[in-house]
Amino acid sequence: MALLEFRNVCASYGPIAALNDVSIVVETGEIVTLVGANGAGKSTLLMTIFGAPPCSGGKIYFEGQDISTLQTHEVSRLGIAQVPEGRRVFQSMTVEENLYMGTTPIGDRYLKEDLEKVYSLFPRLRDRRLQRSGTMSGGEQQMLAIGRALMMRPKLLLLDEPSLGLAPLIVNQIFSTIKDISKTGTTVFLVEQNANQALKIAHRGYVLVNGRIQLSGTGKELLGNADVRKAYLGE
Amino acid sequence: MSSRNQLMDYIKQGLTTFFLSFITLGPLAAWQLQGYEVSGSILRAFRVSLALAVLRVIIMGINSRRQNNKREVKGLGLHSKVGSRSLSGIFQWENHNQGTKLLLSAALFVAVIAPMFGGNYALTVGITAFIYVLLGLGLNIVVGLAGLLDLGFVAFYAVGAYSYALGAEHLGIGFWGAIPFAAGLAAFLGCLLAFPVLRMHGDYLAIVTLGFGEIIRLILNNWLEFTGGPNGIKAPYPSLFGLEFTRSARIEDGTTFHEFLGIEYSSDYRYMFIYATLLLVVACTIFAVSKLKNMSIGRAWEALREDEIACRSLGINHVTVKLSAFAMGASIAGVAGVFFAAYQGFINPTSFSFFESALILAIVVLGGLGSIPGVIMAAIVLTVLPELLRQFAEYRILIFGISMVVMMIWKPRGMMANVRGRLKVKPIRQSAKT
Repeated sequence: MALLEFRNVCASYGPIAALNDVSIVVETGEIVTLVGANGAGKSTLLMTIFGAPPCSGGKIYFEGQDISTLQTHEVSRLGIAQVPEGRRVFQSMTVEENLYMGTTPIGDRYLKEDLEKVYSLFPRLRDRRLQRSGTMSGGEQQMLAIGRALMMRPKLLLLDEPSLGLAPLIVNQIFSTIKDISKTGTTVFLVEQNANQALKIAHRGYVLVNGRIQLSGTGKELLGNADVRKAYLGE
Repeated sequence: MSSRNQLMDYIKQGLTTFFLSFITLGPLAAWQLQGYEVSGSILRAFRVSLALAVLRVIIMGINSRRQNNKREVKGLGLHSKVGSRSLSGIFQWENHNQGTKLLLSAALFVAVIAPMFGGNYALTVGITAFIYVLLGLGLNIVVGLAGLLDLGFVAFYAVGAYSYALGAEHLGIGFWGAIPFAAGLAAFLGCLLAFPVLRMHGDYLAIVTLGFGEIIRLILNNWLEFTGGPNGIKAPYPSLFGLEFTRSARIEDGTTFHEFLGIEYSSDYRYMFIYATLLLVVACTIFAVSKLKNMSIGRAWEALREDEIACRSLGINHVTVKLSAFAMGASIAGVAGVFFAAYQGFINPTSFSFFESALILAIVVLGGLGSIPGVIMAAIVLTVLPELLRQFAEYRILIFGISMVVMMIWKPRGMMANVRGRLKVKPIRQSAKT
C-alpha cells in the first residue's frame, strides 16, 4: 500500500481547471519530486491534499484512507506536515516558539527530544533559538519552517518550493538536509521549480505540464531525458 | 550599558515624554473655565507634563532594575523562579514582568483605597473606568491577540446590559445570576457572529462586524414590545444575599442593606457595592486573560494573527480558535454590560452606538494591541480624563483625534507596547541534575 496516492485527481479554481486526471504514488521512505514550470499546478496539487481547493474528481489516499473530504487540520493530524511555499514562519515569535507551534497535532510529549533533533539538523537554529523569527535571513527561516514541520513527527513531509528566493549555497544545504531527513525514515514529497537539484536527490520524479502528468520515472532517468533537459534545465 | 549611558537614556526619554504630554495634554490642562471666562495658565500644563515625565523615568528605572536582576541570575547559571509560568512544565517564560506586576499591584492598591477619599462622584467615575477596562480587555482578545478587527464590539456590551434588564423582568434573574447568563448569551452571539466571518479578513471583517453592531442596536431600538425601544428599560438595582440597596424594600418582608446593618440609608452603598464587585471582576479578568495569553490557546490566537495558512497547515483548527476568541471577548463585554445596567439603573439603545465601539477600539489601539497593562491604562485615561476636564467636554473628540495622530506617529505600538514574553524550553541538562 502506498503511503500517499493521488488517483485521477482533478481540481479547479472556479471555471479554471488546475489539475486534470493526475495520478501520483508516493511509497514509504522515498523522496518523490514533482517538477514543472510556473503555473503548471504544482502548488495546487499539494494544496488539494489539505482540501484547499478540494478535488473535484478522483480521490487522495493516505495509508489507504480517503483523505479528500477531510478538513485541513484533520489531514495534518494524520501525520502529514507541510512546509508551505514562502516559508510562512510566525514572524513575531521566537524560533523556539515557532517550533513549539509545530507540535500542535501531537502535543508536547516529545518536545525536548525533538527540539534537540531539529537543532542538530540545523545548528544555526540553536544559535538563534530566542531570536524573533522575522528578523532572520530567508535561509534561516526556511530551516525553521522545515524544523517546525518536523516537530509533529510526520510520516510524510511535503515541501513546497524550499529553494524559493534563496542563495545557491543555502539551496545546496537545504537539499542535503532533505536527503538527511529522508534517511531518518520520513517520506518526502518535494515540489520544485529547481528541477536539476530536486531530481538529483529524488528517487522518483513526475513532470507536471498544464495540470497533467507528462512524464514520470526515476530521478536519474528524468535528468537524462532530453525533453526535460530542454524544458527545465535550459539546454 | 554604562551608568552614564543609562542616565542619558533616562534624560532623553524623560524629555520626550515631557514634550509629548505637553503637546497633547497641555492645552487641556492649561485652560480653565472660571465663570464665563477662560483663563490660561501655562504653569498647570507644565506641571502635568512634568509629573508624567517623572513617572516615565520611574517606570524605566523599575524596568532596568528588573533586567539587571535577570542578568545576575543568569550569571549564576541558575534558573530564576521569579514569575516563571509553566506551560506543561517544560516551558519557562523568560521575561518575568516584575515592573508590570509592580504597577498592577500599585494600581490595585490605589483602586481599593481611592473610594474612601473620593466620595460618591469618584465612585461613579471609577465604575465607568472599570467598565471600560473590562470592555478593553475583551476587545483586546479579539483585536489585539487574534488580530480580528471587530468594529461592532458594542453589540455584546448591549446584549449584556439588556440580558440583565430583560432577564430581571421576564425571567426573574437577579444581579448575580445575570453575570453568568449575560456572559453565556454574549459568548453565544459571539460564536454566531464568528461563523459568517470565518473566512474574512481585514476590511471585509470590519464591515461585517460594524453591520452586526448596528443590527443589534436597531433591534433594540425597534422591538418596542420586548425591549422598550428608544424609551429604554429599567434595570433593577443589584442586591447582596437578598439585601437590597434601596431606601425601602421593594418586595414584601424584604430587608434592605442599611436596615440589616442598622445604619443610615445612603445611595453611596449601592455604588460602593457595584464598585467593589466590579473591582473583583476586573481583577479576575486580568488574571484570566494574562493566563490565557500564555496558554496554548493564547499562542494559537497569536499564531492565527500572524499567519492563518501556516496555522492550518500545522493542524490548528482555525474555526475553534476564532470562535473561542470571539466568544471570550464577547463574554467579557457581556459582563461589562451587566455592570453598566446595574449602575445606570436604566438603559436605552443610545448608550450602544457605534461611537462606543470606536471608543473601545481606541482604548485597545492607544493602549497597545495585545498589551494588558496598556489597555488598562488607556481605558482609565480615556474615561477619567474627560471627567476631570468636564468643562471641555466638547473638545473631547478633538483631543482624541489629536492624541491618536500623535500616538500613531511617535508610538505606533501604543502607550505600553505588548512585550511578548519569550518562551524558552528549559535545557535538558538541568532537569536531569540530581
